[in-house]
Amino acid sequence: MLKDITLGQYFPGDTIVHRLDPRTKIILVLFYIIALFTADSWVSYGLVLVVSVICQSLSRIRAKNLFKGLKPMLVIITLTAVLNIFYTTGTPVLPGWIITWEGIARAIKMVLRIVLLITGTFLLTYTTSPIALTDGLEILLNPLKKLKVPIHEMTMMMSMALRFIPTLIEETDKIMSAQRARGADFETGSLVRRAKALIPVLVPLFVSSFRRADELAVAMECRCYHGGEGRTRMKQLKMTSADITALILGAVFLAAVIVIRRLGF
Amino acid sequence: MEIIRFDNVHFKYPGSEKETLRGISLSVEEGTFVAVLGRNGSGKSSLAKHMNAILLPSSGRVTVCGMDTADEDRILDIRRNVGMVFQNPDNQIVANVVEDDVAFAPENLGVPSDQIRRRVDDALTLVDMFNFKTHAPHLLSGGQKQRVAIAGVLAMRPKIIVLDEPTAMLDPQGRRDVISTVTALCRENGMTVILITHHMDECVNADRVIVMADGSVVKDGTPQSVFSDVDTMEKHGLSAPETVKILYDLNRSGYSFSLTTLDVQTCAEKIAEALGK
Amino acid sequence: MAHISIVDLTHIYSMGTPFEKKALDHISLEIPQGQMVGLIGHTGSGKSSLVQHLNALIQPTSGQILLDGNDINASKITRRDVKFQVGLVFQYPEYQLFEETVYKDISFGPQNMQLSASEIDERVREAAGFTGVGEDLFDKSPLELSGGQKRRIAIAGVLAMRPSVLILDEPTAGLDPEGSRRILSNVTAYRQATGSTVIIVSHNMDDMASLADRIIVLSHGTVAMDGTPEQIFSDPEKIQSLSLDVPQSTRIALALKKLGVDLRQPVFTHEGLLSAILNYRGGVTC
Repeated sequence: MLKDITLGQYFPGDTIVHRLDPRTKIILVLFYIIALFTADSWVSYGLVLVVSVICQSLSRIRAKNLFKGLKPMLVIITLTAVLNIFYTTGTPVLPGWIITWEGIARAIKMVLRIVLLITGTFLLTYTTSPIALTDGLEILLNPLKKLKVPIHEMTMMMSMALRFIPTLIEETDKIMSAQRARGADFETGSLVRRAKALIPVLVPLFVSSFRRADELAVAMECRCYHGGEGRTRMKQLKMTSADITALILGAVFLAAVIVIRRLGF
Repeated sequence: MEIIRFDNVHFKYPGSEKETLRGISLSVEEGTFVAVLGRNGSGKSSLAKHMNAILLPSSGRVTVCGMDTADEDRILDIRRNVGMVFQNPDNQIVANVVEDDVAFAPENLGVPSDQIRRRVDDALTLVDMFNFKTHAPHLLSGGQKQRVAIAGVLAMRPKIIVLDEPTAMLDPQGRRDVISTVTALCRENGMTVILITHHMDECVNADRVIVMADGSVVKDGTPQSVFSDVDTMEKHGLSAPETVKILYDLNRSGYSFSLTTLDVQTCAEKIAEALGK
Repeated sequence: MAHISIVDLTHIYSMGTPFEKKALDHISLEIPQGQMVGLIGHTGSGKSSLVQHLNALIQPTSGQILLDGNDINASKITRRDVKFQVGLVFQYPEYQLFEETVYKDISFGPQNMQLSASEIDERVREAAGFTGVGEDLFDKSPLELSGGQKRRIAIAGVLAMRPSVLILDEPTAGLDPEGSRRILSNVTAYRQATGSTVIIVSHNMDDMASLADRIIVLSHGTVAMDGTPEQIFSDPEKIQSLSLDVPQSTRIALALKKLGVDLRQPVFTHEGLLSAILNYRGGVTC
């Protein structure tokens, strides 16, 4: 059900991955994503996979939790695989088949790319508290403030959104049950009918979200919130030697993937 | 010493024809526990929101810790001195981790980092939630969430804490925990507590009960004196505690108890005595 | 024959995951037609899970629920039909209102039952009557109304299905004493007019003691106590040991007993306490 959605979830822990500065982790994930999209050969894919597995085992996040996050993406992953298998020209697996060896190879690579992309970014949100994450982002994007980009407001909104995802999911579940108890039917009928059946869920959800937003705004004002100016932080972000090491390793990793591509392995 | 003062406060929501507050004048002493009772729509929430300048009087004046709430330059000073807790704990917790949420207000106030840490730990200890400081708020029970919300305002080190129906959404256990936390804040830490509620039993330990109806104060005094006026309470949609009601009804059958009894033990002793035990 | 039979019902959430939790543990109950049941228990005792089984919103992990002798989970069709026979009013039901007008919102259930327009109209008016929602409100938006009014409209939305079993989860939560009294008297009126079975989930012992024919106390997914209010409150210590409140009148009676005034009968309402004291004569209750 909806409760399976793991977006924005944070699993507290005390591993080296948890302890890294959020800024480091954001940069490393960026490196990782660039590497993933640079990779084109089996060697480079292998390297990305190995690095990803190492990070995962260091974080002690269970593989099961990471794969749980893949569930909602299953359709896209399957579709990608099928399209690549059937629509890639090359040597047929058996004479007369449309499935080609190239197709299979591409399908595997594409699926691997999506899975690695998702599990990699999830590793960031799983090991970094949303506050730390948005704090890190705010500092990294700080130079943009000079261009009058409202960075503080944007990151604040992001952390609020993350905070309210579990609450809203719970609420959606509740409203759906309540409407089901009045005979609402979300499962049968044409697509249009099912979309229409969602109105009794969406309207109360919007109404209550506005009410929440309103109450939250007042509660924040009561706690002296007045924008980013003059704010301090309880948890000062501090770069340690571990962060420097991690960044260097990350840069080496990215360079390796680029070199592998250049050399055409 | 007087810490909150209302001088003939009138208030009308914009666009509304009816006055929500109709000429309220009252004065609250520092360190007292004041309960404000009234049915839904009696104006008790609006009264609370005047205490930290979330609402400003249409006419009249509210003074808190010597500051006029209409003075825009003092608004942060007023709000840091008057912590406010609302009914729905979900809608006042801003962070995904308990301690980060409690840190929110001191961060807004620009308190240096190391001091924030101390304030957060102190606040969580006061509400007995220190062991939950790294938990995710959405996995806590209602009563625990509400205590986190209280810690969130305590971290401002306010002089006054105003709670607007803080127990309305809680189960009996959560209610008891929140009320005993709040009572201790007043009795042990000398804070001024304003508790808005419609549960009579939560007011029993208050120093003073103010009953509101239709935007006015209709009754103001010790819990004993307020609750013993059973007729006025019923008239305003409130019911007196059973300890008072039973003595009241016994009096109608010929007994003559004084109606100033709020705790069960004293009530039972009075009855036992009258029955000749 | 019992109206509702709960047969050896067990429910386990998130089976096979680390979050596995046994919410209901081999529960068996028989509820006769027309009974008013108070379902009580601390948070997490399984009350909400139990009532959501009764209209097939949740399916049992094992065990059965029979309504008039028929398994409500027999097929997809019975699972849907039972929603109209067993009306479930959730906590804070006002948060489910969604239509532009009060009238339309109350008619949502009957619409889903695919009744004729005249039948729907009749039911909406009847349900509004039970809950004291005046016809002058029919064309108003539910969002404009007060909290108590919204709640009564939401309850009317369930009553309009004319359920033979009405279940309310904490119907008075967050309301002031007057609003609470009003809701409870609406429910009583519906029951008297229709002879429906009513189950109220509540934390409020005083309300349950004076309203219910029978009180069922759940604890850790099992039935800890089950009986008439007289039977339940003849053992107030046991209730307190389940970390539940007892009615205020019971607390006074208990304190009296400790002082040597034994009222010699279970006391759980204001009237009961009053008459027990008035009839007390030096240790002999007449």
